[in-house]
Amino acid sequence: MIGLEHYLTLAAMLFVLSLAGIIINRRNLILLLMCIELMLLAVNFNFIAFSRYLGDETGQVFVFFILTVAAAEAAIGLAILVVLFRNRRSIAVQELNTLKG
Amino acid sequence: MLHTVLFYSFALVMLGAAAGVVFSRNPVHSVMFLVLTFFQSAVLWLMAEAEFLAIVLVLVYVGAVMVLFLFVVMMLEVNIEAAKRGLTRFAPLGIGIALLMAYELMQLIWLRSEGVGITGGFAATAEGYSNTKALGAVLYTEHVYAFEIAAVILLLAIVAAITLTMRKRPGIKVQDINKQVAVRAKDRVRIVKMDAEKKQ
Repeated sequence: MIGLEHYLTLAAMLFVLSLAGIIINRRNLILLLMCIELMLLAVNFNFIAFSRYLGDETGQVFVFFILTVAAAEAAIGLAILVVLFRNRRSIAVQELNTLKG
Repeated sequence: MLHTVLFYSFALVMLGAAAGVVFSRNPVHSVMFLVLTFFQSAVLWLMAEAEFLAIVLVLVYVGAVMVLFLFVVMMLEVNIEAAKRGLTRFAPLGIGIALLMAYELMQLIWLRSEGVGITGGFAATAEGYSNTKALGAVLYTEHVYAFEIAAVILLLAIVAAITLTMRKRPGIKVQDINKQVAVRAKDRVRIVKMDAEKKQ
């Protein structure tokens, strides 16, 4: 019987995998954004599992809002990325040290 | 039984695709793996009877956000060789932290939750239950304020993305309507009073 704990385990594995991805791919800004999307997906899994377990639709409404905010975040993040690439011809994270002072 | 087998197979494909996102060398392959991950999770949400969100995930994420990612990845000529270098250096640290966190989370989910009694299957939905209808009934009544804020956030994202990427190139020949309307005759024409010249 597939229940709450199976979905929570799956979400935890997905979250941990994307966390490892953020640490491993710290040089590539696009991959960092993708790993953040994966993390949000893992969080959405938890929301849906608990919403179904408790029989309360509010959790699914919250997932809806998370999807909205994540789409906005992806759009603005990619726009910043494009501007960055246009100005510096590179998106390597270790070269983004202009603000260091 | 069939439900269990389907759950494990889809979960396995999803985790494999997520690993592909993380460990793939080519960013284009990463985006493709991400699309596969979202598809599999949409199927898993469908199996959890969250049908509306599963369809939204496919339409919004796979249809719009991933295409945006793909455009950006293909537009920027990223140096793959340079991105490869760091992979081995941080891999042990990343995998170590991930394994530690996975162990802790499994402890929490499988050992602690049984003691508190929050495990078990999902409650069966009533006959004729519509997930979309139920969500809409809550979304447009209880959460209508948050819904409007979400709409404003999307508008903000549109404005921000367009303003950020708008390019102002100097030396381009384009009409400036404000300047044209605001022009006055005395700025352009200078009337000079002078005596008539005598014919020699």
